[in-house]
Amino acid sequence: MNLEALLASGIDGLMLGFVYGIAAMGLTLIFGVMRVINLAHGPIIALGMFSVYLLTNQLGLNPYLAIPITVLLGLAFGMVMYFVAVNRVINEPELTTLLATFAVSLIIIGLGTVAFTTTPRALDVNLGALRSGQITVLGTKAVAVLIAILVAAGLYALLYRTRVGKSIRAVANNRSAAEIMGINTRGILAFSFGLGTALAATAGGLIATLFAFTILSGGTFELKSFVIVVLGGLGNPTGALVGGILLGLLEGVFTIFIPVGWVPVIEYVIFVLILLVRPNGLFGART
Amino acid sequence: MSHKHFRMIGLGVLWSLLIILVAACAAPASAPQPAQSGASTKPIVIGFTASQTGKLNVESKKQIQGMQLWLDDVKKAGGIKLADGTMVMPDIKFYDDESTTERVQALYTKLINEDNVDFLISPYSSGLAKAAAVVSEQNGKVMLTTGAADDATMEQGFKSTYQLYTPASRYLAGAVDLLGQMDPALKKIAIVHEKDSFSTSVANAANEYAKSKGYDVVLFEGYDTGTTDFSPFINKITAASPDAIMGGGHFQDGTTLAKQLYEKQVPVKFVALLVAPPEPKFVEIGDAANGIIGPSQWEPLVKYSPESASAANLPWYGPTVANFVSAYKAKYNEDPSYHAAGGYAAGLLLQKAIEDSGSLDAAKVQAALDKMDLLTFYGHVKFSTDAKTHGKQDAHSMVYMQWQKGADGKFVSQIVFPPEAKSADAQLRK
Repeated sequence: MNLEALLASGIDGLMLGFVYGIAAMGLTLIFGVMRVINLAHGPIIALGMFSVYLLTNQLGLNPYLAIPITVLLGLAFGMVMYFVAVNRVINEPELTTLLATFAVSLIIIGLGTVAFTTTPRALDVNLGALRSGQITVLGTKAVAVLIAILVAAGLYALLYRTRVGKSIRAVANNRSAAEIMGINTRGILAFSFGLGTALAATAGGLIATLFAFTILSGGTFELKSFVIVVLGGLGNPTGALVGGILLGLLEGVFTIFIPVGWVPVIEYVIFVLILLVRPNGLFGART
Repeated sequence: MSHKHFRMIGLGVLWSLLIILVAACAAPASAPQPAQSGASTKPIVIGFTASQTGKLNVESKKQIQGMQLWLDDVKKAGGIKLADGTMVMPDIKFYDDESTTERVQALYTKLINEDNVDFLISPYSSGLAKAAAVVSEQNGKVMLTTGAADDATMEQGFKSTYQLYTPASRYLAGAVDLLGQMDPALKKIAIVHEKDSFSTSVANAANEYAKSKGYDVVLFEGYDTGTTDFSPFINKITAASPDAIMGGGHFQDGTTLAKQLYEKQVPVKFVALLVAPPEPKFVEIGDAANGIIGPSQWEPLVKYSPESASAANLPWYGPTVANFVSAYKAKYNEDPSYHAAGGYAAGLLLQKAIEDSGSLDAAKVQAALDKMDLLTFYGHVKFSTDAKTHGKQDAHSMVYMQWQKGADGKFVSQIVFPPEAKSADAQLRK
């Protein structure tokens, strides 16, 4: 076994894992607060990619300046989506909200395909690289990790250090009680939904600085987000971040040991195993 | 039922309508109506599906553009003239298959049974063409496949399916030969490929061919369709320390693989990838494209001509390479890729078969295709008449292109192999 290749792949996987983590945090936050599984998660990731792409290529912005704008656009999009598609079915059974978000997903994919086609796009971002033997740390990936950490820290601060965060946690805990306490639950739910989509869009924006993509590229990351969310525990943002990093690391390391085509199979085997053995996730709250 | 339920149902209906609207926008139906038929003009319809959406959108679009150009040319010429003086005026009808086999099967059935098309052309890609061939064979329709190189599809004893592309088994054989010519000391090859039907059959054939030529295949692995990040996989490839990397799959993965090989400064002397490099858009990855070799069914610089036809004792048919290239450029404002040439050639050969048979009868057109052995701008075409491999392409050969940086710093796609077709010498990567 080539130790250097293993180390190099571990690092590659770990760095990508941070981006996976951000995407998964968005999915799990929405579920944690309102028990809605957002099936438009992947398409919103793709919209994040296109947001950074268009801001960079059409308006000539620096891609890293385009990311904060994408965060805000993601937040706004999520809040609008909440009021249009989710709010009126929020108290319905989970299947209804699932269908509502699925409809939004189809609409984004349909309109996105018409507007952008499925021609692959790529951003030409080059920040150099650190190299040592086989190990290559690309500048773009390092910056993506840094931004992911900042975003995660920002979310943590928002949830645990602000009044709005307190309200979000209260609504997640017991919506009726929160309402009785005078919290505007509708506003909080919309804001939380927006936060979730903002995270998805941010992840998409970061991915756009790394790989070529199309409007359909979000699907892969949505699937990975589901695996990660289960790994980290449904509704647990910190667990999602750790789960993302873990999944990235596993992908990198497994690639060296087994034929690369088997890596996704292993991923989903782990997914099923965790559902069977620890349905609340590796870091999920024990019930 | 409560008021709320009504509202929800209403909402559901509204959404469904929106989705249908979106789907309708995404799938523009067919080309303009046939030209008004004169006294001795017979309209025919050629049906196919296009991947206007989904992952095959780039390649499929070029193929359709090629076909559209052929249709323009035929219409300009007033149609296809039969021996009895009848003019056959072709038109095309197509639907969006969303790059999925399920849609292809449903839509080819629709084209045959509801739209009553006269002839079929395949969708782009081996997987989709395979699905379409099953339907066309069941219904006894003549179908020309283009954009489909899979061997296995054409080894099922088909009766009325004809393949234009050089089969996959011969895709990378030339790259192995080229490597041997450039530096016989380079012996270690890593073969990495997308795990779809086309790329896998190319990789398997290349693996066997390389071994038979005394090469050491140090790594032979398939990666999942839809792989976005190759970094860990590239570390594994590097660890096997190959001299050459061959394989790839389609446009997006091939482009990312080439880009990441460059970013990771993998010290290989020779990289040959499927599908992606011959696409003009490939060069958008900048310096990462330098030195990448791609097998191509056709390139604008190929040297097929009426003269080379008579030298090879073959009949020549259709426009010259220069005429095709300039007409395509004039219409689409870009260089034609081999997908585009394949699209045009599909129409052209169907036209020739109709002319030769002097009829629109499927059996007669089939007989004309069986007999066909000619040279066009697209190259030499001859179909196998062996019962098991009936319709498989027997004569067409690949050319190999390489992106090379010119003196002005701009990248040029040069033909580097075979020697009789080359426009420049192949270069090893530094």
